[in-house]
Amino acid sequence: MATLSEKVWERHVVRRAAGEPDLLYVDLHLVHEVTSPQAFAGLRLSKRRVRRPDLTLATMDHNVPTNDEPAEEISARQIDAMARNAREFGIRCYPTGDPNQGIVHVISPQLGLTQPGMTIVCGDSHTSTHGALGALAWGIGTSEIEHVLATQTIAQTKPGTMAVTVEGALPAECAAKDVILGIIARIGTAGGTGNVIEYRGAAIRALSMEGRLTICNMSIEAGARAGMVAPDQVTFAWLEGRPFAPKGAQWERALDDWRSLASDPGATYSREVAIDASVLRPYVTWGTNPAQSVTIDGVVPDPDALPDDTRESARRALRYQDLTPGTPMRDIRVDAVFIGSCSNARLEDLRAAADVVRGRRVRSGIRGLVVPGSMGVKADAEREGLDRIFRDAGFEWRDAGCSMCLGMNPDILRPGERCASTSNRNFEGRQGPGGRTHLVSPAVAAATAIAGHFASPSDLR
Amino acid sequence: MEPVRNIVGRALPLARADVDTDQIIPSHWLKRLERTGYGPGLFEAWRKDPAFVLNDPRYRGATVLLAGANFGGGSSREHAVWALLDAGFRAVIAPRVADIFRNNALRNGFVPVEVDADTVASLVAAVRLDPATTITIDVEHATVQAPGVRATFALDEFSRTRLIGGLDDIALTLRHEQDIAAYEEKRPEWLPRVR
Repeated sequence: MATLSEKVWERHVVRRAAGEPDLLYVDLHLVHEVTSPQAFAGLRLSKRRVRRPDLTLATMDHNVPTNDEPAEEISARQIDAMARNAREFGIRCYPTGDPNQGIVHVISPQLGLTQPGMTIVCGDSHTSTHGALGALAWGIGTSEIEHVLATQTIAQTKPGTMAVTVEGALPAECAAKDVILGIIARIGTAGGTGNVIEYRGAAIRALSMEGRLTICNMSIEAGARAGMVAPDQVTFAWLEGRPFAPKGAQWERALDDWRSLASDPGATYSREVAIDASVLRPYVTWGTNPAQSVTIDGVVPDPDALPDDTRESARRALRYQDLTPGTPMRDIRVDAVFIGSCSNARLEDLRAAADVVRGRRVRSGIRGLVVPGSMGVKADAEREGLDRIFRDAGFEWRDAGCSMCLGMNPDILRPGERCASTSNRNFEGRQGPGGRTHLVSPAVAAATAIAGHFASPSDLR
Repeated sequence: MEPVRNIVGRALPLARADVDTDQIIPSHWLKRLERTGYGPGLFEAWRKDPAFVLNDPRYRGATVLLAGANFGGGSSREHAVWALLDAGFRAVIAPRVADIFRNNALRNGFVPVEVDADTVASLVAAVRLDPATTITIDVEHATVQAPGVRATFALDEFSRTRLIGGLDDIALTLRHEQDIAAYEEKRPEWLPRVR
């Protein structure tokens, strides 16, 4: 009896020896411009080649400007280096301007490259995103990137297994983002350390693929090695017909295989957590790590009332965020609203935000950015007229990229500015030095842009 | 990678929990193309505060970082390890080190030492009392020692051998090239190829 993650792990063991980590085969290696240049330099130095260029895909996302501003010189050099390295080592790259370009974790599922049962790595912690399709996917560092480029394998110690079971029906105003923020609030930022989290239960099954991608994306925010959802009809329907999905007889063979991946009944996990979806509410983070959150009906907590081991972090967070205990979340005003990132920049996310925004105006003085996760998502959204809805409301409508998620491109907060953001990290300075981030769902971000302070869509009516 | 057997040195009592890699090295430093030169970016935002412990001259030259639980969470940036190495640090001692940071550290000869919170607290107290306190990390026996403190930490056999031998991971793996080729022969046909 084995769990989903154990099954995928076992299928990829190239070599197992006592006292050593398993050597695993990597089915897909995703590469972007920020964490790869030193790895390519290492290959060059040791005169090594890329073993499997056909299993390696590069794009540019972190550094790229998402409007017509030119990239800063140092960013431009990194973008050029990506293009040059891809050419030299024979890797396919979707550069800026390409219709397939976008955030690495958005484009791969969209192209049908991410498939159940695969191992996927990328020099980016949010690689956990791909687990939504039943792949085992995790973030690696630059030395490991070089190792995967040279060998198409990675040596890893076997992680533990953790089940997070979400039963019940999600309330109308809650999105996948609220489910994962709720989970992290419960288990903490190190709650998944050493484990692969498998998300299970009726509330997970009921989510679209896009919602599952949001949940798996933030597994790393709970410290987990990876996050996964067992493949089912939602997965198969998402994949069928996508450019890199199997076709014809291969599709049938793949389906049979994918159906065998689900955890066996009676398989055991090293840790199990149960969550009742029906009591969840829209979440807003107040602090500087993703576990520091309350529901939108809540107030900024008093550190003195928190458990011992979180008190000092909470005090420091409140100082940084310039918040006073007891303040209702709905009374906190924002300067910027960012709808984007590998957490929440897929078509469903943009639709959810557009539904709230339609026919309304962004509160004056607030900078609102909508940044599709890929040029493909952008094109799909424009076909539905979502760009018009956002623009008419006063949002900027951008090209694809990481944008204001991480302060590596022209989209940054100014010191002291406060932002409602659909991204995944509210660390100090994450969106620019001195910037203050509050993580929310796309619908709450949209409602906040209209109201000028944290709000849920129903507050606007 | 240079071999690492022992780390003997003074320590910096950072003593904060949940230190994420964005704090260790802010993202704008990640635009560089090199592996070195990240030292000045280490804890860049916190360092602006003159009272921040890294600015305290008594701890200058420290090679061991003492941190709270969940050190190095967040982004996978190996630049966090490079920044610590560039600033002279060789090891971190914390009650829990995040997974990706741990992997990155081990591949650069930077030693992640997980000991219980009480041991970290004792070390922090000792170092605050006397910044000249010497801490010894013995990689071979996986022990940490300071006056009045002795603890062991978990270090798997493989990581220990690599640290002590300063071994090149890629060369190690390429010894098993035949196993890799054999695996490739039996991969299912439907798996995607990018080109």
